[in-house]
Amino acid sequence: MTEATALYDVPGPHTRRRHAVYGVLSTAVILALVAWLLYLLFDTGQFTYTKWMPFAYEGVQELLLRGLGNTLKAFAFAAVLSLALGGLLAAGRLSDHRTVRWPATLVVEFFRAMPVLVMIFFIFVALKVQPLPALVAGLTLYNGSVLAEVFRSGVNAVERGQREAAFALGMRKTQVMVHVLAPQAVRAMLPAIISQLVVALKDTSLGFLITYEEFLHAGKLIASNLDYDLPFIPVVMVISPIYIGMCMLLSWFAGWVSRREQRSPKTEAVVPATAGPGALLPGGEPPMAPRP
Amino acid sequence: MNVLTDNFHTYAEGFLGTLELTLYASLLALALGFVMASFRVAPVRSLRVFGTAWVTVLRNTPLTLLFFAVLLGLPRFGLVLPFDVFAVLALGCYTSAFICEALRAGINTVPTGQGEAARSLGMSFGQTLSLVVLPQAFKSVIPPVGSTLIALAKNSAIAGAFSVTELLGTYKTINELGYNIVWTFVWIAVGYLIITLAISALFNLLERKYGVAR
Amino acid sequence: MFRTTRAPRALCVLLALLATACGKEGSPPGKGPAAEKLPHYRVAKDFRLPDSPTWTRAKRRGYFTVGVKEDQPYLGEKDPATGAYSGFDIEIARMMSASLGLPPGRIHFRTIASANRETALQNGQIDYYVGTYTINDNRKKLVGFAGPYYLAGQSLLVRKDENDIHGPQDLAGKRVCSAAGSTPYQRIRTDYPKAVLVAYDTYSVCVDNLLTYQVDAVTTDDAILIGYAAKVPAELEVVGRPFSEEPYGIGLPRGDDALRFALDDALEAREKNGDWKKAYEATLGLSGVPAPQPPPIDRYPAS
Repeated sequence: MTEATALYDVPGPHTRRRHAVYGVLSTAVILALVAWLLYLLFDTGQFTYTKWMPFAYEGVQELLLRGLGNTLKAFAFAAVLSLALGGLLAAGRLSDHRTVRWPATLVVEFFRAMPVLVMIFFIFVALKVQPLPALVAGLTLYNGSVLAEVFRSGVNAVERGQREAAFALGMRKTQVMVHVLAPQAVRAMLPAIISQLVVALKDTSLGFLITYEEFLHAGKLIASNLDYDLPFIPVVMVISPIYIGMCMLLSWFAGWVSRREQRSPKTEAVVPATAGPGALLPGGEPPMAPRP
Repeated sequence: MNVLTDNFHTYAEGFLGTLELTLYASLLALALGFVMASFRVAPVRSLRVFGTAWVTVLRNTPLTLLFFAVLLGLPRFGLVLPFDVFAVLALGCYTSAFICEALRAGINTVPTGQGEAARSLGMSFGQTLSLVVLPQAFKSVIPPVGSTLIALAKNSAIAGAFSVTELLGTYKTINELGYNIVWTFVWIAVGYLIITLAISALFNLLERKYGVAR
Repeated sequence: MFRTTRAPRALCVLLALLATACGKEGSPPGKGPAAEKLPHYRVAKDFRLPDSPTWTRAKRRGYFTVGVKEDQPYLGEKDPATGAYSGFDIEIARMMSASLGLPPGRIHFRTIASANRETALQNGQIDYYVGTYTINDNRKKLVGFAGPYYLAGQSLLVRKDENDIHGPQDLAGKRVCSAAGSTPYQRIRTDYPKAVLVAYDTYSVCVDNLLTYQVDAVTTDDAILIGYAAKVPAELEVVGRPFSEEPYGIGLPRGDDALRFALDDALEAREKNGDWKKAYEATLGLSGVPAPQPPPIDRYPAS
């Protein structure tokens, strides 16, 4: 409560007392909500032995781990392939030749406008592809297109002088791109790239909908078993911390890289992507974080 | 072509379903996002913590997991609602986290001097926020909120897999009837394009009318 | 020296801990009687079906890949802990494999959801599909059907202490549960509008609600209901006559008529020699519902 912000004055004794009252009141309300939730959980019998017992068995643990492994496998494939596709499409969009630029633009715009799930279902149902390749292909097309835009805006954000200087040194077009522009662009855009990978990680759960046997699928199998008293809530309580934890770790990494890059002299020539000084909010790490 | 004309009724139903889902979820997301954004900048610490927790958790939750928890988990809680209401709830809460961040980023674009000037005029926190900062933030917030809502419309496709009537789900019915599957999907894609383009046109209009001149 | 070895060693300890995780062996105790006395199916020797590309492919790899359901007790159910499948549909899949000359123990079962059955057959993910797959003309345009091996029909599952419901005509004002958007759900909505419909994503939730008195009946194909009744035979029963006809067939790739007729022959033989009845009694029969007469096989002409 002591952080300075431009939105309100440093509170005086009277205001501080008022705020303290508000604080106590809102804390009480929030705690009451949590307590009510806990009460509901107990009341509907979510902590019974039968509902939690399955998790003690090796077979069930293995099922969950296998699911998690499949999730990470899909993510690894999708991440590597989208980075490759993104680079390729960005190169296409930045090309001097119209015959290359236009198709690349068309592809990028189309796949960015389509829901990922429609792409995944199209590949799975209409092209009759197996679940894993269908999931990876759908994720790659979408995230690759978004990453292409990230790369492109990164290259465009590199100060003009850099390009001009490189040309003046007699470098060729490709040399300028590979040795001067791309390294700076990637460094500066690294946070945005990682946040896009968070999106890819989250979207691997769409594999659940095309019966890819990933983490959520394993959870559903346990949750809908009548023998275990349908432990939907326990399953959610086990699965979501792991999912959310993985995504938060990656988001946090993106934020860390972002803070590091902003101090780094190596990205000086690129317009900073995050909000600069003069921000109204205290400690605001502005959204270098997952997109919806 | 006759895929569309023969199944116009099915498509129309799905299209309206998606439209409805998008509309209600958008309203919920905007309202909740606004509340959370004001929590996050409030002078009361517990509200700030609550807002931050809400945003951090929801932004890092896969939407499919959220749908799973809300549509299959909540009924186990004794809360039985129609599936489309659950879907609106899941979509709205999820998107509210992103709306909140868009609003907060918008507040950040208002120069510090504006807030300081308001305070030096003796305005309270509420007055500063509602009379000075938010009207200015609103202008720069239009494009990011627009793209967040477009994402919402695209995300609504997930609801189809959880027994809610919407556009993507129509492929099952039409495929079962033996129509050409590629064309089925082409018309579904067109449907989504119509919705997303309409939202982006709406927000372009808003931006032209209220947006900041840059 | 120290530095270089410490991290890997810590990692090893961690991995060892993970590997010997604090898990119990086996699977958690289940409800209902165990399907123990499953019949053994004699594998046909020297069986050959060179006209069928599906069979040839399966023979070359040494086993069939069969699509099934994983969430229907005593019909097609997967034990989460052991990964083993069991139930009447699974038995049908096993006896078919035996009749086609491949040992049933080596079948690879794959869970395929209802929405993806046609796709899985068309793109060769599975060789055939056994899982409450109703034969109808629209589906015949996409896949082939052997059988039917069971004639199911929409029916009602109620608690044994419920005395008012004997058929769909008694549903007025009662709470009836079914899967959202399914055919049984729509049939109740149009034919018996006075019933109060409750919809969930999975039938197991419906059955749980029935046991906890939140709904009065669950409706879908009787085979599925009989499977649930077998889980808790002391509390649940299937009542009334089926009010629709759902002939369950074995789905296979469209156009592979050699395989289709071979499966038809195999089914007929298994029904005659009593294997079909034994399979029923070891699974669905545990509910107390006696084995019905298997339906006549529909050898529709090749198209």
